[in-house]
Parts: sequence; C-alpha cells; structure tokens
Amino acid sequence: MNRMQQSIENAQAIATSDALAVERTLAGERDAFRVLVERHSQNVFRLAYRMTGNRQDAEEVVQEAFLRAYQKLGQFEARANFGTWVYRIAANYAIDRMRQRQKEDARREPPRAEGVEDDPMNRVADDAPTPERLTQSLELRKQMEQALAALSHAERTAFVMRHWEGCGIEEIAVVLKSNSGAAKNTVFRAVQKLRLALEPMVGTKIQARAMGTES
Amino acid sequence: MNHMTEEQLIAYREGIAEQRAAISDHLAACEECRAEMERIEAVLSALDTLPVPDPGADYGRHVWQQIGPRLPEKRGRWWQMWMAPRRLVALAAVAALIIAAFLAGRMSRRDHGVDNIASREQVRERVLIVAVGEHLGHSERMLVELSNAGPSDPAQKQVNISAEQRRAEDLLEENRMYRQTALQEGDAGLANVLDDLERVLLDVAHSPSEVTPKQLEAIRQKIEARGILFEVRVVGKELQQRQEASQPAPAQNDSAKKERNKV
Repeated sequence: MNRMQQSIENAQAIATSDALAVERTLAGERDAFRVLVERHSQNVFRLAYRMTGNRQDAEEVVQEAFLRAYQKLGQFEARANFGTWVYRIAANYAIDRMRQRQKEDARREPPRAEGVEDDPMNRVADDAPTPERLTQSLELRKQMEQALAALSHAERTAFVMRHWEGCGIEEIAVVLKSNSGAAKNTVFRAVQKLRLALEPMVGTKIQARAMGTES
Repeated sequence: MNHMTEEQLIAYREGIAEQRAAISDHLAACEECRAEMERIEAVLSALDTLPVPDPGADYGRHVWQQIGPRLPEKRGRWWQMWMAPRRLVALAAVAALIIAAFLAGRMSRRDHGVDNIASREQVRERVLIVAVGEHLGHSERMLVELSNAGPSDPAQKQVNISAEQRRAEDLLEENRMYRQTALQEGDAGLANVLDDLERVLLDVAHSPSEVTPKQLEAIRQKIEARGILFEVRVVGKELQQRQEASQPAPAQNDSAKKERNKV
C-alpha cells in the first residue's frame, strides 16, 4: 500500500469517526464532543495563530470555534467534513478577533507628541537594526511579522488558508463571503504585498549567501 | 516571447493556476520568468520559516477542560436519548440476560438435562462478561485521566474536573445496574469490585467541579488507597480472557468465580 493511499484511508477513517462523534453529541452525549475537540484542537490552533499572530488570541479563537461548533452542530451536514467545518468557523472568528484587536490597539495607542513623527533621526533610531540589538534573522522575522500584520484581514486569511493550510479556493471564498475569482485575487494581492515588503531584505540575504558574506 | 504575468506565476506557485501545463512549459523555456519565479519563491520560503508555537501534546485536553463546563446540555430527541451508545450497551446487556434466561428456561422445561442448565449459565455469564468488561474499561480510562489531571499552568489555582464528573455520573448509573445483576447471578466477587468502584465514582461525582490542586491530590490519594485501579484492571483482564476463550469449560468458570468471591 503506498503512502498516499494510506493517508487517504486514514483521512477517511478520521472522517467516519468524526461523523459518529457528531451523531452521538447530537443524541445528547456531550462527552462525545470531547473526541472532536481533542482531535482537531492542534490544527485549529495553528490556523488561528497564523491568522492572529499571537498565542493569546489564537487560544481564544480555538475555544470560541469549538463553542460555536457545538452550538451550531445541528446545522452540520452529515456528509461534510467536521475538520473543514470547524476550520471555517475558526477562520471567521479569527477575522472578527483581528478586527476587534485592531480597534483595541487604536484606542490604546498614546497620542504622538507633535513633531516627533517627522523627525528623521527618530525613524533611524527605531528602524535601523544594529548587530548588537538584533541578529539578521531576528530582524527578518520581525519584518515578516510586520508584513503579515500590514495585510488586510481578508488578504491574511486568504494567504494563511491557501499557502499554509492548503485550503481550496472555494473554501476560502466561503470564509471571505465572496466568489472563487475574488478569493484567488485576494491570494494574489497578499503575495504581491508580501513580496513588495520583504523582497529587498530577502534579496539581500540571497545576495549575501551567494557572495559568502552572510553572518 | 510573451512573458508570464506576476499573477500567473503566483497562481502557479500557490497551486491555483488554471493553465498549469502551459505555465510549466513556459518556465522550462524562459530564463527571465524562471528568475522571477525564484524571487517569489525566496519570499515565500522565508515566510515558511516563521515558527508556530507548539501548544503541547495535551492541548486538546486543555481546550476541553476550558470549554467542557461551558457547553449547554444538548437534549436529544427521546429516541436518540435511549439510542445513545452508552445507555444502549447497558440496556442491551440487561435485555440479553432476560432473553437468555427466558430461552434457557423454555429449553430446560422441554429437557431437564444438566447440559441445558450449564448452557443457560454460560450464555448469561458471557453477556455479563462483555458488558461489564466494557464498563470497567470506560471507568479505568476516566480514573486514569482524573489521576493525570492537573493545572496546565503552575500558577493556576483551580482545576476543572467537571468533564470527569459527568462521566462518573453516567458510569455510576451503569455500575449500579451491573452490580445488582452480578449479585443476582451469584458472582459476589464481581459485585464486590463493582461496589468498591461505585464508592469511588460517587466521590468523583460529588466533588466540586473546580478543585484546588490540593483537593485533586486528595481525590487521587483516595483512588490510590482503595487500590481500585488495580482491582478494575485485574478483573477487566480476567473478564477479557474469559471472553476470548471460545468455549470455556463450566468447571473453569466456576473456579474463576469462586476465586474472585474470596476478594
């Protein structure tokens, strides 16, 4: 038996077992839902972390996704895949959480003192990395996190779901409440923005590696 | 030669391009587009190095502890409630015992041979063995999970055991039924073990749903002091062996029963 066939069979076995757990939960056996929570929590956490960019929000998304899934379990179609379904719920809630977080951050941000923003010396002090403060890879990581944070919620969702989680375009379109064409365009825009923000830095690294001068 | 657009290359890289074969052919022939693709690839590969923290192997359990108590009871349809697998197993076992007794009774009226009486006992006992074996397995898992429960964060002052409590309540209901059946069957040893288990299940079911690590430790010590996990494992193993034996000789059954009755 080849590996692909084995993995398809494993996926089918999990889907069958999930369907049984859903059925038992709907019959009033609350503990049957535990199987679903324990089986899918890690995957949902990974998606949530990549979407929200921080552990605290990711954990909140995971819990809320399963609470919502439990409440809406009656709407779950028996032939659907529970893993995909709970993923979709988590992605939707992660978008809500990102919006909420943005508002909270905007409220919390202290007003800037006049003239400070326009002082080029301040920008240099904040932006220019020095070897003493940060290693190059740490700086690249920071830049990547910033580039991801600068994407719109829809772009980040589309990119995470497609690039990292391998979700289908139809699936992404459902979460974004749009159509396949628009979902594809959102993935494209996300990659284009990430490229614009990161290529100068990644390019420098590649060049340095080629010249053997990378630290 | 018309070069590929950035959109086409990104779609190709992300596996959402419509004309995949055409783009692939073009890349094989066009150095400029290949270089562009490498630049896209470099950015995406760099992004792939961003770490995702590992939430830990028992993360699913932790999530359940957090949300389990917040889940409202789902009231299944009346027939679904009775069809719930756990209830079904207990009901089926009792029903099978009644049917076995009835059939064996009819057969023994026709023929008062010793063989039929032995066969009736065998059928009834086999039904009990299977059902109780499964019940002991469920109880063991719940007690092990409770023994391993602990605060995920050392600073956490309370541990939520409400999920284990609900399972203990369900198991308690089954346990009473099996204990009474074991007594009726004259299996005093099994009834004794089920009686010990019932006391532990009662303790768990009546504990507060949120306990301090100290209270949890006290529950753990009670479980350990009663040696119930060991008892459950021994009897569970014995029942499993008896279930596996295709045609157990009546004499062996009796001796096993007598042996347990010494407990």
